[in-house]
Amino acid sequence: MTYTPDAIDPAEPLELADSPNGALTWLREPYDAADYGPVADWATDFDHGDPYFNAHAPEVWKDLRDGGCPVAHSDRYGGMWVPITHETVNQVAYDTENFTSRAVVVSVARPGDEAIPAPIGPVPPISSDPPFHGLARRLLLPPFAPRQIEPWEGEVRTLCRALLDKMGDVTARETVVDAAVQYAQHIPVNVIGRMLGFPEEDEDLFREFVHNTLELINADPEERRAAFQKLDAYLDVQVADHIENPRDDLTSYLLDVEMDGNKLSPEHVRGSIVLLLIAGIDTTWSAIGSSLWHLAQSPDDRQRLQDDPEVMTFAVEEFLRAYAPVTMARLVAKDHDFNGCPMKKDDWVLLPFPAANRDPRFFEDADQFVIDRESNRHAAFGLGIHRCLGSNLARLELRVAIEEFVARFPHFELAGDVSWSIGQIRGPRVLPVKILEVAT
Amino acid sequence: MAPMVVGMRVHLDAEKCQGHNRCYALAPELFDVDDYGQAVLIGDGDVPTDLEDKARLAASNCPEFAITISD
Repeated sequence: MTYTPDAIDPAEPLELADSPNGALTWLREPYDAADYGPVADWATDFDHGDPYFNAHAPEVWKDLRDGGCPVAHSDRYGGMWVPITHETVNQVAYDTENFTSRAVVVSVARPGDEAIPAPIGPVPPISSDPPFHGLARRLLLPPFAPRQIEPWEGEVRTLCRALLDKMGDVTARETVVDAAVQYAQHIPVNVIGRMLGFPEEDEDLFREFVHNTLELINADPEERRAAFQKLDAYLDVQVADHIENPRDDLTSYLLDVEMDGNKLSPEHVRGSIVLLLIAGIDTTWSAIGSSLWHLAQSPDDRQRLQDDPEVMTFAVEEFLRAYAPVTMARLVAKDHDFNGCPMKKDDWVLLPFPAANRDPRFFEDADQFVIDRESNRHAAFGLGIHRCLGSNLARLELRVAIEEFVARFPHFELAGDVSWSIGQIRGPRVLPVKILEVAT
Repeated sequence: MAPMVVGMRVHLDAEKCQGHNRCYALAPELFDVDDYGQAVLIGDGDVPTDLEDKARLAASNCPEFAITISD
């Protein structure tokens, strides 16, 4: 079934957005991802949902830049632009007039004008535009400020050690472990689940929600909606439990906090929980996985971490630069020309911070991993007003996860096929490594 | 009269800061963060000689170009 913006009556209250007359999302044109097939030309047919992409993203960006293409395009997803250079990514990130954040995950359908209460968006504040954005963001900044996050270090370390213990007996030069499945994927999901006050046994469910939101981007809108309904139903239970039994966690914080003297609307509370749950999981898991993927292939960098643990301050930022996991997205807010590109309202725009981080015009030796890079203004956590809310937590988890892994296993190498995620979050999902040395 | 010695000074543009906290991580002697994770300058911006390298690091790692140095 195809919806157009015209089918949505602006007078309809938002609660009816799910009725046949007011769909949450609409398709610009009948769309079947199968019509497209693998990408042949990245400049004119870009698709971050092509399984080839995340496994080869740095090469794709380099080819585009070398070919003189600062902004790629695609007819997929109903029309999408992809700035590739630091300069063009920067321009989009700072321009909240021409680019709206009310949808930040590209998929075959886009939100209708009235279906989502802009400027709040479904998952505030990541989906919010100014001036509402600033208010919603200010509520969430304190719980993620450095001094609130620093005390989690001990728990993250304990968790990492427990995951390493769980790998069982490891024999150097024999044992192969999956650094993504057995290690990286468990770290952020466990921490954010505990911060929100959700049951620990639901971790598999959280990963399913993340997969549905971020990887099922080529799915039929109805299938996507069914997936979101499952998430909604889950959150109903958790929110009801927190209303009945308030406690010291982020869910109770959101239920209790006031904005302009009022409690948040139920939609706002739920949206922010969805944001915290989804945004904090496969992003950090990807960063940890990519960093271990790098180390598995770089004996010199592994040795440097052993010989000079202080270098970690710089290494973490270089992991984040070279292997930034997060590409954001915007919708074009109004027709305008962007560096010669005729952008139309409701075109998608990918915001590949990872590509900006590899732009040789902004970084010296951009495609080289320099473990002690001294000047590193990377954009892994975004640029402008939407700087990743969880950056302090992500950085803590990444640092501790790498420290603990190399403390236990100083040397390891790739040992089989690596499989990469699909879509805007880039990182290894299967990462077999052979342990070469076990610390005594 | 001895010439006045003017050392390095560091400036923070609070309007540009988005709370990346890189300065706080690299030069905690010069930068603190408030309850919202926004950077604040410790002191009046005069950089002791032994912290000049850290001040330069903080400036050259700020993604928002919010920190500048003047000698």
